[in-house]
Amino acid sequence: MKFSWLMLSGILAGLACAGLAVPAVAQDAAPSVDEIVAKTNHMAYYQGASGRARVKMTITDSQGRARSKEFTMLRKNMDDQDKTQRFYVYFHAPADERGTVFMVHKFVDKDDDRWLYMPALDVVKRIAASDERTSFVGSHFFYEDVSGRGLDEDHHELVETTDTYYVLKNTPKDPGSVEFDSYTMYIHKDTFIPVLTQYEKGGEVYRESKALAVEEIQGYKTVTRSMISDMNQGGQTTLEYTSVTYDTDLPDDLFTERRLRNAPMEHLQD
Amino acid sequence: MRPGWRRIGNVAATAVVCAIACLASAGAAEPELPPGLDASPEPESSQTEPALPPGLGGEATASDGPALPPGLGGDDSPSEGPALPPGLGGDDSPSEGPALPPGLGDASAGEAEAPSDDADSRRFRLNLHGFWETRAGVRTQSDRAQSKDLILGDTRLQLKTQQFWDPVRFEATGDVYLDAVLEEAMFDLRTFRFSWSPLPSLDIRVGRQVLTWGTGDMLFINDMFPKDWESYFSGREQEYLKAPSDALRVGWYTEAANVEVVYTPQFDHDRFIRGRRISYWNPLAGGHAGSEDQVDYNAPNDWFEDDEIAVRVYRTFGAFEAATYGYWGYWKSPGGQRLLPLGQARFPRLAVYGASLRGPVGRGIANIEFGYYDSRQDRSGADPFVNNSEFRLLVGYEQELARNFTGAIQYYMEYMTDYGAYERARFFFEPKRDKNRHVVTLRLTKLLMNQNLTLSMFAYMSPSDRDAYLRPKATYKVNDHWTVEAGANVFLGESDTSFFGQFEDNSNVYAGARYSF
Repeated sequence: MKFSWLMLSGILAGLACAGLAVPAVAQDAAPSVDEIVAKTNHMAYYQGASGRARVKMTITDSQGRARSKEFTMLRKNMDDQDKTQRFYVYFHAPADERGTVFMVHKFVDKDDDRWLYMPALDVVKRIAASDERTSFVGSHFFYEDVSGRGLDEDHHELVETTDTYYVLKNTPKDPGSVEFDSYTMYIHKDTFIPVLTQYEKGGEVYRESKALAVEEIQGYKTVTRSMISDMNQGGQTTLEYTSVTYDTDLPDDLFTERRLRNAPMEHLQD
Repeated sequence: MRPGWRRIGNVAATAVVCAIACLASAGAAEPELPPGLDASPEPESSQTEPALPPGLGGEATASDGPALPPGLGGDDSPSEGPALPPGLGGDDSPSEGPALPPGLGDASAGEAEAPSDDADSRRFRLNLHGFWETRAGVRTQSDRAQSKDLILGDTRLQLKTQQFWDPVRFEATGDVYLDAVLEEAMFDLRTFRFSWSPLPSLDIRVGRQVLTWGTGDMLFINDMFPKDWESYFSGREQEYLKAPSDALRVGWYTEAANVEVVYTPQFDHDRFIRGRRISYWNPLAGGHAGSEDQVDYNAPNDWFEDDEIAVRVYRTFGAFEAATYGYWGYWKSPGGQRLLPLGQARFPRLAVYGASLRGPVGRGIANIEFGYYDSRQDRSGADPFVNNSEFRLLVGYEQELARNFTGAIQYYMEYMTDYGAYERARFFFEPKRDKNRHVVTLRLTKLLMNQNLTLSMFAYMSPSDRDAYLRPKATYKVNDHWTVEAGANVFLGESDTSFFGQFEDNSNVYAGARYSF
């Protein structure tokens, strides 16, 4: 009984649903692991020559207390190798952080340069390179989650290919530098968007990041809502992206000390 | 109408069937999966494989429909499962219909927002922010020079706005506060500034503004903009260390170098220690002086005559930031006295020439800065009424010591030129200064509780003056609006006359609460 019911429903479901999707199954040769890694990295951090987004961050702690931050993030790729980038992050909220700017010149082969501008004192502070796995502005996102983890820092292994995903297991080359044993990424085959990333320690997933919504903006598939959960401590942080635009004309001098002190309001809608 | 209804009916029927099918398969699979590792071709993945987010959903949900729901329970997938199939045949993004800006589909979603943003930026918006704060501090010992133990008692409302009328940006910040120590209501306009870029490489910023440059941390060599030492020593929020200037700031930015010139048409002196809140050592009286015996001073104040010019030329070399500085104005805190009226504090002419370099070294940030203080009214050093010229040097290093824990150390030195002339000309009753003054600062910052609690310690220690100034502080962000803070200003010194030692009786503890909006 049970068996046939399962078969029937399986067939029905297959018929009903098959027509709607799976056009992507028509894959030619499967990409290599390196290709998957490179394309995923590109999708997550390098789409378009530049980008702008207004981001609402909601940080919920283990006791359910929520705090929010809102910032505009401007990004510019300085090469087409998916390497050097510049970021300009202008905080709109909370009120006591309004006008604070965090700027990063990101490099792949050396430490990033970071600056913090505090408007009340008109101070441009240089920030020491920190442990990349330190919380970004108190959220459950690490600096590394925001600007990307070096591709050479892990061994990548394609452990599975499903109809929908490439499942990549990433193991750190220097296990002492990170808190995880490995992390597994579920990468959407059609778009190379990492839909779920799970960090494991001692065989248990203790932290995961999820893409919750994707929109196509100017032809770029864009994660517009994402969440990181901390299963050990409890609590999670969600990011919601609005006003996303790509290939905006962002001059190089936007990412300089001048623009920390004199914010480019035309790009910020403060 | 009828055929239409029928079509809808058919669609609905198909939808129901499909939904049931999907759910059924899902429902059936749920208990089946763990045991039936063999029943499904990819049982492990079907259990752990994530649901696709809306947007990737269309095709994916359908194909995953059967696989996903079991593992992921009721939250997202069921709604997708049934919702998907009926609505939009083979279309790409059916599931977002309800979830995303529906049907707007691809580009239109992004572009629909852009025009309204532009419209927003053109419209006048009130854009009013600020905070309300109450803060109080008391001396930890009585001070014979002051009648009150209360050293700080502020209730303050700050309002600020920012308007952007392309191409001009306007900012204003004003504080109204009741001061229980001085027993008065005050208005402190901190910013009233217009910024304009007539050329892409040129910035003009005019009005009242807080200005800062240089590489020191709470030590200033080439930053000759006004400071408010009274606020700093009495436990006000650190931002009040900087007093505003009424100035014109012009910046010219090129590949070769960036040039910034600040012109202050009327000399803005520091809000220096003069006894009214913080007592100080008065050499003439040979004792501590307080609110009853405040510094008598006379500052240059003729517009366009008693003016100040500050220049900085800077550029980056790779990750390093190099700058040279020049300043032509006056000692910012009293730099001498007059004979008549007896002992009246004055602000003699001063020029400062300096340079700095800052960049990454090892795991941290290093900086070095020096300046030559040219005391233009006493170049020989023989005038006992005017400060001698000085060299000042600063070397600093900051590094993350552990996760959310940062340490920074600075060494600072003042070297007095023409020391022999100073010694010969000095009045006998004046405390004798050393030729070299050395100061070491240490900053430790620890962030806790999701970075909502900050514990910090900043310490100045002078081995040559044998004195110290400690600033421990704890700040807790209660929520998005409320912040509470408590701390202390501790002055220690062997001598009553040394730079920090003279303030020993002003040592205080303070606490405050702020509501930001």
